[in-house]
Amino acid sequence: MSAKEKMPASADRLATEAETVIVGGGIMGLGIAYELAKRGRSDIHVIEQEYLTSGASGRNGGGVRMQWSTELNIRLMQESIEICRNFASELGINVWLRQGGYLFLIRSQEELGRMEQTVALQNRCGVPTRILTPQEALRIVPELHPKGFVAACYNPRDGVVFPWPFLWGYAHAASELGVHIHTYTKVTAIEARGPHSFVVTTSKGAIRCERVINCAGAWSPAIAKLLGIELPNHPHRHEILATESLKPFLNPLVSVLSSGLYFSQSMRGEIVGGITVPDVDDGQVHLGSRLRFLEMMSAELLSVMPCLSQVRVLRQWAGPYDVSPDGLPILGEPDAVPGFYLACGFVGHGFMMAPVIARHYAELLCGGPRHPVFDRCRLSRFQNGTSEKEVMIIG
Amino acid sequence: MSEKCIVCPCEDVTLADVEQAIGLGYLDIDEVKRFTGLGTGSCQGKLCMVTTCQLLQTAQSADSQRQARQPEAQKVPHPFTPRPPVVPVSLGVLAAGKGADRER
Ligand SMILES: Cc1cc2nc3c(=O)[nH]c(=O)nc-3n(C[C@H](O)[C@H](O)[C@H](O)COP(=O)(O)OP(=O)(O)OC[C@H]3O[C@@H](n4cnc5c(N)ncnc54)[C@H](O)[C@@H]3O)c2cc1C
Repeated sequence: MSAKEKMPASADRLATEAETVIVGGGIMGLGIAYELAKRGRSDIHVIEQEYLTSGASGRNGGGVRMQWSTELNIRLMQESIEICRNFASELGINVWLRQGGYLFLIRSQEELGRMEQTVALQNRCGVPTRILTPQEALRIVPELHPKGFVAACYNPRDGVVFPWPFLWGYAHAASELGVHIHTYTKVTAIEARGPHSFVVTTSKGAIRCERVINCAGAWSPAIAKLLGIELPNHPHRHEILATESLKPFLNPLVSVLSSGLYFSQSMRGEIVGGITVPDVDDGQVHLGSRLRFLEMMSAELLSVMPCLSQVRVLRQWAGPYDVSPDGLPILGEPDAVPGFYLACGFVGHGFMMAPVIARHYAELLCGGPRHPVFDRCRLSRFQNGTSEKEVMIIG
Repeated sequence: MSEKCIVCPCEDVTLADVEQAIGLGYLDIDEVKRFTGLGTGSCQGKLCMVTTCQLLQTAQSADSQRQARQPEAQKVPHPFTPRPPVVPVSLGVLAAGKGADRER
């Protein structure tokens, strides 16, 4: 087989020189590679230590929403969902986007007070979120336990995608545009020889380049450390399950922020959902599955939707959240190392952010307009004392 | 012919689908699973795993460049990560165990 036919699973050889090396073949790395190639950049190498979809990008719930507490995230996600809507024609893939809305259940008056403010902000940005009474929410999901909540927030334009085809779509489109993707190839060292001059050592050889982009998700602190940079984000195991398939009945993704529960019905009919389970954070990525999660998840899910008690769980798995201290990503070049770019700290919402972040990142790197997100999300904000936090985080 | 030969009956994945994945260079079962969706249905891979491993064994041994191309890849076909529970268990049964005193 020729190298061409092998694409995008893995390119045959690593070049000795390149313009850009991207560490990590998740949605962020592949998205940025695709957007760069689309703007005419060639000479891009994506290095992935395992297979594509092996990180958080192949393990997530596929939720995409505009309901956020910061104007930055609201506006980014309005744009991202618009990009997703055009993926079928742009990338020639069906990402199974289904805009059934997100329904956040509110359990206390105090929480309702806070949500009224965030909903007002969303409305000012043009997001049609509404606060619903329990009766109104029951019209959208009649199976909900009517006693469990005092109100709900609902935006009919939020939705879910199927992460796998989304990632393959980016990978194949990038590879068709000439991006070199190296799977089962690990980055083991990075040396800065000067501004915009690096040597990246991998298990397949070394490559000199002008620019390195750290898209290693939960592994990104370890990659930054190769250059002596300490990042404040850390990995956190997040577990999730899928049940047997049911006839389509559940339109929105339902979430309870106070417990970290969320679930939706996939286009394949399964109920897919997770919940936050406390874990020891020792700086390592842990992907084992625990019975404790199954029990907590089932109990909380049934308290919200008792009618699911006979439905059987088919499988559970875990993925790594990449948790940043203020819930916002970490982007751009740290001052100390020009040419080393960060695209990490996306917590539990990096999948939905990837289309918009990848697009603006590529614009920035090609000398185009600088989106405000790059000033707001610099690494140095953590030294300077950060301002606003994103609080509508599941997990 | 291979369009009519089913490898994964739960998710309707055909031999042609698996051959396409292999043709793109996806030679590890974890990639084939996520590219075709095989093994994610109600039997969780019990019916398709052996056939898929055999197909991958043939493809891997025909590819002398694989080690150079993918140095971190496993050298022999392997099952994909088994996901608990071993057999489907209802949410009601699982919820009843909440609060039980155990380590994991
Ligand atoms: C269970 C779960 C549910 C989630 N639900 C949602 C959701 O509903 N909506 C949403 O938007 N987001 C969700 N997320 C978050 C989302 O999945 C992530 O934010 C997103 O996938 C991050 O993408 P990434 O490309 O930054 O990281 P990843 O996909 O983790 O990619 C990083 C890659 O870097 C590779 N790598 C690491 N070290 C090296 C090295 N030394 N050399 C080479 N490669 C290396 C890894 O193997 C990995 O493939 C969820 C996450 C989890 C775990």
